[in-house]
Amino acid sequence: MSFNNLDTLYRQVIMDHYKNPRNKGILEEDGSLTINMNNPTCGDRIQLTMKVEDGKVSDAKFEGEGCSISMSSASMMTQAIKGRTVEDAIKLSKIFSDMMLGKEYDEEDLDLGDIEALQGVAKFPARIKCATLAWKAMEKGLNEDSQ
Amino acid sequence: MNAREIRELFPILNQEVNGNPLVYLDSAATSQKPVQVIEALDKYYREYNSNVHRGVHTLGTRATDGYEGAREKVRKFINAKSIQEVIFTRGTTTSLNTVAASYGRANLSEGDEIVISYMEHHSNIIPWQQVAKATGATLKYLPLQGDGSISLEDAKNTITTNTKIVSVMQVSNVLGVINPVKEIARIAHENGAIMVVDGAQSAPHLNVDVQDLDCDFFAFSSHKMCGPTGIGVLYGKKHLLEQMEPVEFGGEMIDFVGLYESTWKELPWKFEGGTPIIAGAIGLGAAIDFLNEVGMEHLEAHEHKLAAYAMEKMSTVEGLTIYGPKDASNRAGVVTFNLEDVHPHDVATVLDAEGIAVRAGHHCAQPLMKWLNVSATARASFYLYNTEDDIDKLVAGLVKTKEYFSDVF
Repeated sequence: MSFNNLDTLYRQVIMDHYKNPRNKGILEEDGSLTINMNNPTCGDRIQLTMKVEDGKVSDAKFEGEGCSISMSSASMMTQAIKGRTVEDAIKLSKIFSDMMLGKEYDEEDLDLGDIEALQGVAKFPARIKCATLAWKAMEKGLNEDSQ
Repeated sequence: MNAREIRELFPILNQEVNGNPLVYLDSAATSQKPVQVIEALDKYYREYNSNVHRGVHTLGTRATDGYEGAREKVRKFINAKSIQEVIFTRGTTTSLNTVAASYGRANLSEGDEIVISYMEHHSNIIPWQQVAKATGATLKYLPLQGDGSISLEDAKNTITTNTKIVSVMQVSNVLGVINPVKEIARIAHENGAIMVVDGAQSAPHLNVDVQDLDCDFFAFSSHKMCGPTGIGVLYGKKHLLEQMEPVEFGGEMIDFVGLYESTWKELPWKFEGGTPIIAGAIGLGAAIDFLNEVGMEHLEAHEHKLAAYAMEKMSTVEGLTIYGPKDASNRAGVVTFNLEDVHPHDVATVLDAEGIAVRAGHHCAQPLMKWLNVSATARASFYLYNTEDDIDKLVAGLVKTKEYFSDVF
């Protein structure tokens, strides 16, 4: 593998989200969902806070420590789910999971936006867990909230 | 044998990874295996696989001889007084858990103290946390000096007459520092405590003499010292092992079984319930033969040289921080580092693209990461098959990593 292959992993847009994370912080409002998740094998951690109103994710913020892939993925994830219905956010998480497994995924009517830049992670099996951490946190929070 | 001749004996090293010759710098996680070990395992399964200690038949006798012969090799390797003091386990983790679960639970109560250090591996932390919770004993931590070493002054202040168990690693899997466990053992004994040594990173790299260290227990794993995975050793002083109860019960470890009561075999077998790890022990025996052939003094000198060379060359990389003592003479072949502005996972991924295998993460030492005030680090670790050329490639890879990440930003 040459450095050219690395470019499929470290895309410009990923590095932009890593250096300038969107939605960094903690939602302090009452009724916000808080999810803490670790990747125990490598020490990455994320604290995700989300506000759900009328079946929609009205706001989402994250704090955490981790590599470029995990932190950029968290940034992109919060950006992607804000304003979406809970159902669509969970659907997006499934699409993302398929993308990481290198499966064909159904884009349907959901605009993936920046997230598609993470496609290259599928070729680096050791890094898939980095990319999915924030998404797992989101899915866990929304699933628990709707129960 | 020089490092190049030694390297030839490790078939796995002769391959390309991602289009580049493999540079394996992750031996602190697990070492590679020489042909002698691979052949010993193969021979056992092809020629004399059989259960031990029970067969009257010829293969059973050969397997028992192989298994018990390996125990004698281990005894000599660490200079234990007798084979009764050498227990085969699944690895360092099981060895330490056995001491905590058996000796710890039986001998600790409220008001007693267990002393470990901030640099311990999780396997030398959690068993003590659990036994402290179960018995009401207090878990105390030996502080570290600024460079990550342990001072005997701190050991004297932390270990008290209430301390019953002191457990410290001989070589740190992160800082590479060699700890003065012999001196700490003396302080422990002066206070009436027993001394447990986690030897996972020392047995593969240093000449270990358990009688000279005067430790009460010594734990290590085969897979970090050229042997197979799944087997390790617990050394314990005979008078302590004799008073301890087994942790696992079943076949192999019994003397007499009644309906409601049973008695145990003598040492060391009372701690080896179930069919033992026969092939593993034979493989470990072959690894010890190999290490003896190379010579532990030679190996130790080679690693000191590599550590010194690595620290010198790596410090030329701009923005690179090396953790642990700066003095290479007090280090085994482990160099843990971070590259400014690049997360260690990203460092490891770029190095992997160059065929260089390093470890990134918390190295099963989260309290130490907290002490270092980092969430993760990268680690290069060396063994007898590594050369200065490997380190040159690592340094070149690190320079490329830096360039790559300054380009993509």
